[in-house]
Amino acid sequence: MHISEGVLAAPVLLVGAALGLAGTAVGLKKLDYDRIPQVALLAAASFVASFIHVPIGPASVHLVLNGILGVMLGWVAFPAILISLFPQAIMFQFGGLTVLGVTTCNMALPAVLGYYAFSAGIRSPKPFVSGLCSFLCGFVAILLSSLAVAGCLVLTGGSFWAGAKMIVLAHIPVMFIEGFITLGCVRFLKKVKPEMLEVVYARP
Amino acid sequence: MKLEEFATGNSFIHHLDPRGKVVAAAFFSGLVSLTQSLTAALAALVLPVILVALARLDFKRLMTRLAVVNGFILFTWFFIPFTFPGRVIYSIGPLDIHWEGVLYACLLTVKSNAIILALIALLGTSPVLDVVHALSHLGVPDKLVHLFFFCFRYLHTIREEYHKLSEALKVRSFRPGTNLHTYRTYAYLVGMLLVRSFHRSQRILEALKCRGFSGRFYILHHYQMKRRDYLFTSCGLVLPCLLVFIL
Repeated sequence: MHISEGVLAAPVLLVGAALGLAGTAVGLKKLDYDRIPQVALLAAASFVASFIHVPIGPASVHLVLNGILGVMLGWVAFPAILISLFPQAIMFQFGGLTVLGVTTCNMALPAVLGYYAFSAGIRSPKPFVSGLCSFLCGFVAILLSSLAVAGCLVLTGGSFWAGAKMIVLAHIPVMFIEGFITLGCVRFLKKVKPEMLEVVYARP
Repeated sequence: MKLEEFATGNSFIHHLDPRGKVVAAAFFSGLVSLTQSLTAALAALVLPVILVALARLDFKRLMTRLAVVNGFILFTWFFIPFTFPGRVIYSIGPLDIHWEGVLYACLLTVKSNAIILALIALLGTSPVLDVVHALSHLGVPDKLVHLFFFCFRYLHTIREEYHKLSEALKVRSFRPGTNLHTYRTYAYLVGMLLVRSFHRSQRILEALKCRGFSGRFYILHHYQMKRRDYLFTSCGLVLPCLLVFIL
């Protein structure tokens, strides 16, 4: 999901940075000081989990988990995703400083949308509704993220069409896997630690 | 996962004030990512190469790092030369290679590598917490710095938790494959990781409260901009401008 430095056009970078800044500001405003360790450790856990490679056929994909992060954190997903991208930017140079805003938006906006669309459904006591919503939450988050990455490339130049299409197509298996993982993860949390889904990380 | 691979060293670059380095790195990345001319990008590439040489970084590790990061750039080479409109220079079957497309792909490659090298030479040569400390001096909000601090501090702890879990899976002869069992197992693994991080964070919060944490970290080590830091930062702001705007 990372777009390298130096690829995107200036307007895309600037809009991405502005949106990322705004989203992070909203997220930080809604975040209580008491919740900082929890949010930070969830971000760390999702960072560690993104190194898990899940096999699919002969290849493997790595997890993204922005869907479940969004459902748990709401707007706070913006700063959480930003801080988990930041070490990658300065230590691995995976998507550097100038694309940080764009990448944050690409991953956090779908997370926040997923929060509004599915969080009530996921917390429903009916297993079918909850299961369906959690699958969709993981699925849609990756769908929207890959569309956003593709959109950034296409807005940069028409010659990126082919690449953008390839990116979205390559993410279709990832969407299903994230859907299944989110589904399993929510079921697990409901059984083992239901209060984790009830905590309100973001102030209304 | 090797963190802070280049942070230890004893060169001139390693001893500069991180604040100056952050400013120079951000300015350089921004400027280079905006340039549209190949000559300017090539000229700009000279600066990070000099910096890397000055920082005396391990050449082999640097190259491996660059190779990994260039994955996306390689991907663009698969379609940009064919889809960017321009003069046809060569045809492979139904595909035409366009000269302008090749130039554009070159431009992206050079820009990207210039920025990556600059980031390695400037930010990679300071420990991450120093960079974050510098950011907090440069006006990044406290809450964000705290979030990052806790996240980074416990990254290794959570990674250990992950290793424990994956060893437990291995002991039970779990073999990943393309099946529902694998996905369910990974989902539970992620779930358990989240639960453990949640538990740990509650303990951290309690420990902080016990010690009267008021939402402020007291910094014992203060930076001081010396003459060489001012010199370096001003060079870092002026030289890229000269190179990019003149060429």
